[in-house]
Amino acid sequence: MIRYISARLLATVPVVFGVTIAVFSMLYLIPGDPVKMMLSEFQTSPEQIARMRAQLHLNDPFFVQYGRFVWNGLHGNLGTSIRDDRPVTQEIFEVLPQTVQLAVAALALSSLLGMALGILAALRQNSWVDIGAMTLATLGISMPSFWLGLILILIFSLRLELLPAAGGGDLPHLIMPAVALGLGAAAIIARLTRSSMLDILRTEFVTTARAKGLTGRTVVLRHALLNALIPTITIFGLQFGTLLTGTVFIETVFGRPGLGRLAIQAILNKDFPLVQGSVLIFALGYVVVNLLVDIVYAVVDPRIRYQ
Amino acid sequence: MAETLAPRAAPAAGARARTRWQMLAPRIRRHKGLMVGLAIVVLLVVIAVFRDYVAPQNPIKIDVTAALQGPEPGHWFGTDQYGRDVFSRVVHGASISLTVGAIAVVIAATVGTAVGLVAGYYGRGVDALIMRIIDVLLAFPGILLALGIVSVLGPSLQNLMIAVGISGIPFYARLVRGTVLVAKEQLYVEAARVIGVPIPVLLVRHLLPNIVAPIIIAATLGMGITILQAAGLSFVGLGSQPPTPEWGRMLTEGRDYLRDAWWISTFPGIAIMITVFGVNLLGDGLRDVLDPRLRI
Repeated sequence: MIRYISARLLATVPVVFGVTIAVFSMLYLIPGDPVKMMLSEFQTSPEQIARMRAQLHLNDPFFVQYGRFVWNGLHGNLGTSIRDDRPVTQEIFEVLPQTVQLAVAALALSSLLGMALGILAALRQNSWVDIGAMTLATLGISMPSFWLGLILILIFSLRLELLPAAGGGDLPHLIMPAVALGLGAAAIIARLTRSSMLDILRTEFVTTARAKGLTGRTVVLRHALLNALIPTITIFGLQFGTLLTGTVFIETVFGRPGLGRLAIQAILNKDFPLVQGSVLIFALGYVVVNLLVDIVYAVVDPRIRYQ
Repeated sequence: MAETLAPRAAPAAGARARTRWQMLAPRIRRHKGLMVGLAIVVLLVVIAVFRDYVAPQNPIKIDVTAALQGPEPGHWFGTDQYGRDVFSRVVHGASISLTVGAIAVVIAATVGTAVGLVAGYYGRGVDALIMRIIDVLLAFPGILLALGIVSVLGPSLQNLMIAVGISGIPFYARLVRGTVLVAKEQLYVEAARVIGVPIPVLLVRHLLPNIVAPIIIAATLGMGITILQAAGLSFVGLGSQPPTPEWGRMLTEGRDYLRDAWWISTFPGIAIMITVFGVNLLGDGLRDVLDPRLRI
């Protein structure tokens, strides 16, 4: 197991290296002068532009700048926000817990709902329950989360006045954003759980369990369910990444402070150090979550370790 | 010799194509989901093409005297804060969303397929290098890569298509590479190599037609995701700019009037959902018909 984890950790190193290169290179890919673009909304003199270039060390060679970017990043310094003149890491870590809270709540909701729907559909294959659940799932995948957010605000905040429309912090502020964000993922998990459950129900060990005379409930709960859920775990990492970046839209709809909203504001304000910092944290978060999912997968299913 | 063979080769190819189509046609017709999806997509394309006839009112014409009117005859979906007809804007938005989705998918699928073909066929160092780059790009989840590209290029509808298109490339590259790795071991590839077919011809004329099914399936399903992503980026202000009647943009514009004029945001959202639903049904159906092993 330790060998597997070490190999998996080692494989992550080039990816992290590549992610930092990609995020750092963003500044170089801007058509024209990045400093002029960043300061386009301000009245600036050539001296101020030159000072800004010096402040961002843009006159140094590429690899010197990259080395400094990584070194500073490892020491918790991702530069200074152009708009607010505050450290980027400070701005990010002030709002990051809210984004993680939202993504985790959405993942929990989508897992419970998706698995329940998927199992129900598989057990009643080709019935109206199955067709209804899967049509609902296809609709769920097709529904824009940000539009669902608006509809939830319209119904539960403006009409029924049950939940707050905007802001963050406590549970009432979390419910609607988590539902809006999680329903699409629930639909994907429902489809995967259904298909995986159908595969398991056709295996020989389930037939054996039935042949032994076990009740349908015991066969499903004790023999089929846990095995059917193994493939679903792999999709958690993928879904968590999608949910994490989905916060970009949901935090905007609900006016909720978070990393997604911070990134959008930074892009609209052309605050490049803040854009780089937010994109980097999102990507690194995704890499770490996928690493954890792979390890959990290997713990749950020992066959993975020996492949 | 060649002259005598040539006329025979053409009908043989035609007959093969007909046989494949004849095999697929009944399966396509029998698949209810696929037929419903196809009907929705065809209807949307017809609406997009004949938008000036379906909704004759100018979608960007401001008429403040008619602002914020609810759905009624003459304004089936009501009017927005500038008095513009929401129905006309939704209908004209269909052509924008379908075009954005199609162009982004074409960019992603074409470049991704080319990269995947080269990586899968050449293998070794080329493959290792390309796949490490793809791995890095895949480390940017969901919309994040498109977001990063828009931040570099600047917000506009054109840049949105490029950004969403580029962000889809790694997915197609990985898919095609995997398929090529299996396909290149087949006898027909070896035969083509032995008779000296140049590699670009071998890749495009021999390998590609044999791995096109998963690409078509992925592109159809990818179109739904692309339309959602593009609408989302426009919603947060990083795509189309006013007064373009783009669905995502319309949702934002109606947000401040949600309490008194629910229709401004509701109808574009339903339009997005129906479009993506149709495209997804079509994609699911094509997958079931062309490659039932992939069914989930």
